[in-house]
Amino acid sequence: MPRYETVIGLEVHVELKTRTKIFCDSTTEFGGEPNTHVCPICLGLPGTLPVINKKVVEYAIRAALALNCNIAEFTKFDRKNYFYPDMPKNYQISQHDLPIATHGYLEIDTQKGPKKIGISRLHMEEDSGKLVHQGTITTTPFSLVDYNRAGVPLIEIVSAPDLSSPEEACQYVEKLRTIILYTGVSDCKMEEGSLRCDANISVRPVGTGRLGTNTEIKNLNSLKALRRSLHFETERQIEVLRAGGRIVQETRTWDEGKGETLPLRSKEQAHDYRCLPEPDLVPLLIDRQWVEDIRGSLPELPEQRRQRYIKDYSLPEYDAAILTNTKELADYFERCVRAYSHPKAVGNWILGEFNRLLNLHGIEIAACKVTPQNLVSLLRLIDQGTISGKIAKVVFAEMFTSGQAAEAIVKKKGLVQISDRHAMVPVVEKVLAGNPGAVADYKAGKGRALGFLVGQVMKATQGQANPELVNKLLKERL
Amino acid sequence: MQISGKDVGQLAFLSRLDLTADDLTICTKSLNEILGYLTVLEELDTGAVKPALHVRPIKNVLREDALQPGLEREQVLANGPEVEDGAFVVPRIV
Ligand SMILES: [Zn+2]
Repeated sequence: MPRYETVIGLEVHVELKTRTKIFCDSTTEFGGEPNTHVCPICLGLPGTLPVINKKVVEYAIRAALALNCNIAEFTKFDRKNYFYPDMPKNYQISQHDLPIATHGYLEIDTQKGPKKIGISRLHMEEDSGKLVHQGTITTTPFSLVDYNRAGVPLIEIVSAPDLSSPEEACQYVEKLRTIILYTGVSDCKMEEGSLRCDANISVRPVGTGRLGTNTEIKNLNSLKALRRSLHFETERQIEVLRAGGRIVQETRTWDEGKGETLPLRSKEQAHDYRCLPEPDLVPLLIDRQWVEDIRGSLPELPEQRRQRYIKDYSLPEYDAAILTNTKELADYFERCVRAYSHPKAVGNWILGEFNRLLNLHGIEIAACKVTPQNLVSLLRLIDQGTISGKIAKVVFAEMFTSGQAAEAIVKKKGLVQISDRHAMVPVVEKVLAGNPGAVADYKAGKGRALGFLVGQVMKATQGQANPELVNKLLKERL
Repeated sequence: MQISGKDVGQLAFLSRLDLTADDLTICTKSLNEILGYLTVLEELDTGAVKPALHVRPIKNVLREDALQPGLEREQVLANGPEVEDGAFVVPRIV
């Protein structure tokens, strides 16, 4: 029996964070009562004319440059005709044969090392409205249409069929999301639908050059749905082929409840978009200077930043990857490092306690009360021996909730580390007298007993004793 | 160029038009007449003419991303044959 390999390509729709829609000045704000974010243009009323939002073009170029694309010199919009009431015009304005950008790529990490995933094209289009059904689409007596989303700007990013597993597909989406977030053109919230994904998938016997017949999976609104549906579809296609069947080229939908992909009824997918150049919009000649200006305004992107952290700060690959995962986290890290010269220590704190508390309380970095200066002051208190690393965690938790400075908390709570020999000697002697068993063990050569005794001294001082001093005092007396 | 009754049938389906056999025959005949008329254009030598993607020689018409108030919902829904909960009511689609 032949072994099969999976071939996956993804179409990702990203909503752009402009104030107004792509072809009219209605708001793009999320939510709102049905049909309150609309005007005659996005309602497709007769006699209205669309006008392109300059910011949409700028954002599309910005995202395309971050994805290493070529920006077209000449680009235009087309009408994609279809009969479905989610667009009041009965067509969607999109870009068909002359998209604004092509030939890009991004890099994912695989077990075999970095892998380049091609981006065939990136184009601009308008989002459609929303249909609310009572129950399911096939049994509802009627549907309610809300055009608030109709005309919200999207970019569609189409990958080459370069992904060879569901895991690679998920990594691609995560990388794409990180990069787009860095560029600031979208907030990429999968749960609010500002990043959506369709997948094309086929299988073929290992070593075959030709692509197998593919199916398209829609309705993937989380990474989990993407991964699960691709696993299911891979297995399903292999089973069909092994049983001597053939794959039908069709659109399928992911049913989260059933955990399977299901074919859309043929009527739902019978379309022929009859694309034609949009006569209501004139073409765009993209000025090269404009492209260069946008390129110049791009921030350092996650990949470059990660490499720099490894090189300049000698951070481990893993730390560098997580620190650069969001621009906010990386910016925070760098503000700390500017004031404090031990990047590794800063990284440990951010990836440790800082991240733990952020996740625990569900707080965004922007809303975190611990300023980079405060975190650095805390690290300095540890370096100076004023507090132990253990006490520092207690202080940090307090800083996190109250926003107070580290020094103030240490002072207020009397948490200063006891490094005074005279103060410590009586405590150490009391512990030795109280634990003759451990003392005997240690003398009998059981080194572990020392750890127990250190622990007892720390306990007696509520963790405030300087551990080095405790060790020294104990050893002197054993 | 000629189109067949089958092509027109497909076109009618895509346009969600329910045509009778008679309608189909008439439409096929009319459409072929229109297409026949357009073949007149093919007689022109356009070898030296640049392809036009738009009828007017205008480019780069863009607007700033500035917000304007939209329509009141009452106006939005005024032309809807049937409305409910602030939304247009449409028949089941599939
Ligand atoms: Zn509008």
